[in-house]
Amino acid sequence: MNPLQALGARTLQVLRSLGHAALFFVELLQAIPASLRRFGLVVVQIHAIGNLSLIIILASGLAVGFVLALQLYYALVTYGAAESLGLIVNLSLVRELGPVVTGLLFAGRAGTSLTAEIGLMKAGEQLAAMELMAIDPKSRVLAPRFLAGIVSMPILAILFSAIGILGAYVVAVLLIGVDAGNFWSIMQSKVDVWRDVANGIVKSFVFGVICTFVALYQGHETEATPEGVAYATTRTVVISSLAVLGMDFVLTALMFSTP
Amino acid sequence: MGKRGIETLVGLFVLLGMLGLLFLALKAANLASFSGGDSYTLLAKFDNIGGLKVRAPVRSAGVTVGRVASITLDAKTYQGVVRLEVDRTVVFPKDSSARILTAGLLGDQYIGLEPGADEKNLGAGDTITQTQSAVVLESLISQFLFNKAADAGSAAPPSPPPPAAPKK
Repeated sequence: MNPLQALGARTLQVLRSLGHAALFFVELLQAIPASLRRFGLVVVQIHAIGNLSLIIILASGLAVGFVLALQLYYALVTYGAAESLGLIVNLSLVRELGPVVTGLLFAGRAGTSLTAEIGLMKAGEQLAAMELMAIDPKSRVLAPRFLAGIVSMPILAILFSAIGILGAYVVAVLLIGVDAGNFWSIMQSKVDVWRDVANGIVKSFVFGVICTFVALYQGHETEATPEGVAYATTRTVVISSLAVLGMDFVLTALMFSTP
Repeated sequence: MGKRGIETLVGLFVLLGMLGLLFLALKAANLASFSGGDSYTLLAKFDNIGGLKVRAPVRSAGVTVGRVASITLDAKTYQGVVRLEVDRTVVFPKDSSARILTAGLLGDQYIGLEPGADEKNLGAGDTITQTQSAVVLESLISQFLFNKAADAGSAAPPSPPPPAAPKK
């Protein structure tokens, strides 16, 4: 195979897999109305994806809040601006860290379990068996998980930011002794509900769509072997994380280009 | 765990999310402090608005009484038209003046309203006529340097004659 042919074959392969993923996404969207009629399935999945991710999200949020407050205090106290600490913690959490770190953790905690579950279902031919019984596995298995991921991710991101700010409050106000009134009032005067909080939630929603879709797609397209499931799970984490980081830059450029 | 238990836990999860959102909106952001609900609009025209931004505070005697709603350019007079949303409970006399001030040396700019002494009050949509533009640091510095140079220039001519005087 000459190099030119190899380049062409590679390009075609990338385009083919992109098109395949796009078609899968459209089919997933078409299966959503049917899964809404059986909402109990979605509730069970929200429990599996959302509730069970709660502990790691809250622990990480608290740790990020602690560390941010401590490090920012050392830097800011030099300029006599220690009261602005709450504002910086709030903006960095609500705008960036909340959605992004939650997205990364979500890919690791919930995405992998989705991929492994769907992958093993496929390897055990359960999806094929469902189709034989005239049950559409997309509306019965995939769409409820997709919906649950989209619902859970913004809630988790909100909780991450909220607990992070509370963590910063604990370190800055209770341990170090920054004035509590200034801590909250500077935050309230500079953080805008629509520009900052709402845009952060939009971000987390987009990341929820990305992470859940990648996990389901990788699970659904896995090779039906133990190695295949292992590769698919790894790819889920790598692709979701890279997509979240890349998309975060694009969204930040769109949302916060004007100060 | 039964179906009911799972549903209760999911309900708790969603409730927790709502509480978090409420906390972010009310305690950690400015939704509670001033919303455009019960406010009225005033207009003010400035020759130069400096670095004033939309949503900058409007203060009277240092107390925040409103926000800047929008900033546009008047195409006829080439002045910046600033629309202020002021709290409905606060009214100002007709001859009140508006100034663009800076919080601290390098802080954000805000609008300071100084009440006048007129009997009548400004109503919704009225224009504040007495305004003072923002102080632009560059023009202030250039003015200062120009004055210095002018002083030096006026001081320079008298100085050469004295050495010449004893020569005679």
